[in-house]
Amino acid sequence: MSWEVVIGLEIHTQLATKSKIFSAASTAYGAEPNTQACLVDLGYPGVLPVLNKEVVHMAAMFGLSVNATVAQRSVFARKNYFYPDLPKGYQISQFELPIVEHGELFIADAEGNDKRIGITRAHLEEDAGKSIHEGLDKSSGIDLNRAGTPLLEIVSEPDIRSAKEAVAYMRKIHTIVRYLGISDGNMQEGSFRCDANVSVRPKGQEEFGTRAEIKNLNSFRFVEKAINFEVERQIELIEDGGEVVQETRLYDSDKDETRSMRSKEEANDYRYFPDPDLLPVEITAEYIESVRAELPELPDAKQQRFVAEYELRKDDAAILTSSRPAADYFEAAAAATDAKAQLVANWVVGDLSGALNRDGLNIADSKISAVDLAGLLTRIQDNTISGKIAKQVFEAMWDGEGSADDVIEARGLKQITDTSAIEEVVDRVIEANPGQVAEYKAGKDKLIGFFVGKVMQETRGKANPGQVNQILKAKLSG
Amino acid sequence: MDLHTKTMTELSAGLERGDYTSVELTQSLLDRIAAHNDTLNALLTVTGEQAIAAAARADADRAAGKAGALNGLPIIHKDIFCTRDVRTTCGSKMLDNFISPYDATIVERLADAGAVVLGKANMDEFAMGSSNETSYFGPVNNPWDLERTPGGSSGGSAAAVAARFAPGATATDTGGSIRQPAALTGTVGIKPTYGRVSRYGMIAFASSLDQAGVITRSAEDAARLLGVMAGFDERDSTCIDEPVPDYVAALGDSVKGLKIGIVRQHFDEGLDADCGARVKDAIAVIESLGATAVEVDMPNIDYSVPTYYVVAPAECSSNLSRFDGVRFGHRAENAEDLFDLYCRSRGEGFGDEVKRRIMTGTYVLSAGYYDAYYLKAQQVRHLIADDFKKAFEKVDLIAGPTTPTPAFKLGDKVDDPITMYLNDIYTIGANLGGFPAMSVPCGFVNDLPVGLQLVGHHFDESALLRCAHAYQQATDWHIACPEDFA
Repeated sequence: MSWEVVIGLEIHTQLATKSKIFSAASTAYGAEPNTQACLVDLGYPGVLPVLNKEVVHMAAMFGLSVNATVAQRSVFARKNYFYPDLPKGYQISQFELPIVEHGELFIADAEGNDKRIGITRAHLEEDAGKSIHEGLDKSSGIDLNRAGTPLLEIVSEPDIRSAKEAVAYMRKIHTIVRYLGISDGNMQEGSFRCDANVSVRPKGQEEFGTRAEIKNLNSFRFVEKAINFEVERQIELIEDGGEVVQETRLYDSDKDETRSMRSKEEANDYRYFPDPDLLPVEITAEYIESVRAELPELPDAKQQRFVAEYELRKDDAAILTSSRPAADYFEAAAAATDAKAQLVANWVVGDLSGALNRDGLNIADSKISAVDLAGLLTRIQDNTISGKIAKQVFEAMWDGEGSADDVIEARGLKQITDTSAIEEVVDRVIEANPGQVAEYKAGKDKLIGFFVGKVMQETRGKANPGQVNQILKAKLSG
Repeated sequence: MDLHTKTMTELSAGLERGDYTSVELTQSLLDRIAAHNDTLNALLTVTGEQAIAAAARADADRAAGKAGALNGLPIIHKDIFCTRDVRTTCGSKMLDNFISPYDATIVERLADAGAVVLGKANMDEFAMGSSNETSYFGPVNNPWDLERTPGGSSGGSAAAVAARFAPGATATDTGGSIRQPAALTGTVGIKPTYGRVSRYGMIAFASSLDQAGVITRSAEDAARLLGVMAGFDERDSTCIDEPVPDYVAALGDSVKGLKIGIVRQHFDEGLDADCGARVKDAIAVIESLGATAVEVDMPNIDYSVPTYYVVAPAECSSNLSRFDGVRFGHRAENAEDLFDLYCRSRGEGFGDEVKRRIMTGTYVLSAGYYDAYYLKAQQVRHLIADDFKKAFEKVDLIAGPTTPTPAFKLGDKVDDPITMYLNDIYTIGANLGGFPAMSVPCGFVNDLPVGLQLVGHHFDESALLRCAHAYQQATDWHIACPEDFA
């Protein structure tokens, strides 16, 4: 039988606020346990939550970026359950009336066509703390630094049909939240993680199969591997006559498998109800429009513009717009040189990316500024140096030897374009290699490469290759 | 010098004249508490040393010409308010060992105004009760008859003020917890508009109903205390940013032309005939001062008790989840695992009434019951609030009985929750609609005090205080003192 995979993702994005969603405590990562938890985060008797307005702004930015409805009235609710890392015994979240609903975005499917993925909703909530078991004998520790950190939970429609699509969707959301500056998207620190709802059904069947939810996937690679494992597990199970149970599963990256965590029967009844300590969040249409007006250019629009305005290849435009700093770098470089934009793109995507990866640097920390790279490309454009020499100049610039002109000057790399100077060298080469000249004249055309090589050797690569070719051919046929 | 018999207004004048210092005043009341508290069980914690130190600071401030509005005046806090470095029990074994690391907003504001805190008052456990019998620390006895209840949940605050331990006390009211004990002890109690006073640092029972207020002996003192406590607090999102009028100044206005609504349903069966007669007499006195009484109909008011007993337990079941034995409060010993720790810490830490309400609340919020109970109750709540709003289109305030009977005997209703709940039948409506409400002593039945309840429109505490003050100028019920505490 042929199977269809159905996937929906719930992405938890930590919002990049300075203080927590309902208290003034800092959200900075990595502090000593429980040093960034105030009385509100600790759920002390008598304390009350006060909403950090910045999170509303951020959620609205996200909603508008995915073509969603931003609700003028949304409501915080309590999700009740007991757990040691949940100090109040309830999590403040949004339930019936979330701030963002009915959004969408487009990813490329297997054939490279645009595919729409619906976004059901995105709601604001507080994160819980975390339990610590390592290094403690027969007891558990609780670190509440993370308790109260603002999260935007982004829930997709079950429109995703493969692990690859799931990763593409997650990457797209990742790019958007970083473009907007509403999350640092740091997956190692847990700022961007997801739960995947996975089910399979026979191709052509209308109704969904029973789904399993894989919790807490914190890398793109794990998302892909966990979904692939889960899909295979479910198909095998059904084909062996078994049934998929609705349950929560955990992905074990060491063993590359998912494991049952709890079944639906053991699931909590969260007893959601509107939080009486918080008023409904009410925002005006004018406010929403003002947020829309402030939105930066988003990845899709930027990509289209790069293709239209700079005549870049689509794949290069996609790579350059996958992060705002890369796009900004490209545009700054392109603006500072007469070289073709595609040449700029080739260098940013090629040599520059390579050097950055090699040294583990972000483009914002590049050792060669956009303007300096533009200076190098200008010298290719005006034939001061060849593309090959340019690579040598690039490495020297990377190593701190100054601008392209500084390097060219210091190393004497200026291309020889003076025809008489090249003719002089050509004459010398012809004179020194009579045998080869005879063979060439007898019809061995391929020997032209030998002569070009000799000339370039003599000029230490600085002669303009086009001119060398032209002059050689003229002299040899003479 | 009989300082204990004086009101805050009188004491403030005495301090200003230099007739006595705050230290002297404070010491005299501490002596009185030491002599009588065992009889009443009104205070759970007496903060003698801190009180004397605060009184000395107040005296120094006055000498330096920096006397605040309540400079040197002794008060008592209900033990539901967090007080820094002082035990804050909320009447529960769960918090028997809880020393608060911070002050509630109102505790801070009263201290800043120069008030001197004598101690923390007994109360029903987590403010759930109408007789003070649910307190882990034992019931409070009514100074008018030690075998009777002072009411609840602010029974300790009311008994302490009635017994002249202090001229005023803070209290809280979720369904009548200020007004009912005030009525049963012959004191004045006011619950302001929901959102008027910050709830920050007040241990939550039912967040959408809880409101802090005061118990005093005169409306004038209530105006003084409330004026300091009221006003916006950015730490409470439900606290409303609305200017607070000068309540004391407003007392001088006449009640002439004031329209008083009489709710027909308040005088139906269930009201003790003698209590009803005292209340009607009181309304006649207010009319004689120039007000006019008209009947108003509140068709949905009879649903207030059942509505309340869905909404309040629902909120409490969630609010009390934080008491899990993990970070503060009672923790069961030798827990086998996490589940055992939760079950036994909560099982041991909470009393029967609290457990009853947590279970009721958990039930009404459960999947499948939410719509039928919680949502329905919220809808009825709106209807009841609308009844009040309609009434306030015609009248300035509503007058009626605070309670169906005078103080009942301790032990009488403790095993019958429904009868106990009906004690709040006249008071709950104001909480459901967030309206300000007050109880004023209006006479006696069999030597037990009876209260007149006044309910006002949102943010119009002034109308209540003005009417109560005018009534107290014309009567002397509030001057009467229980014999053993004269």
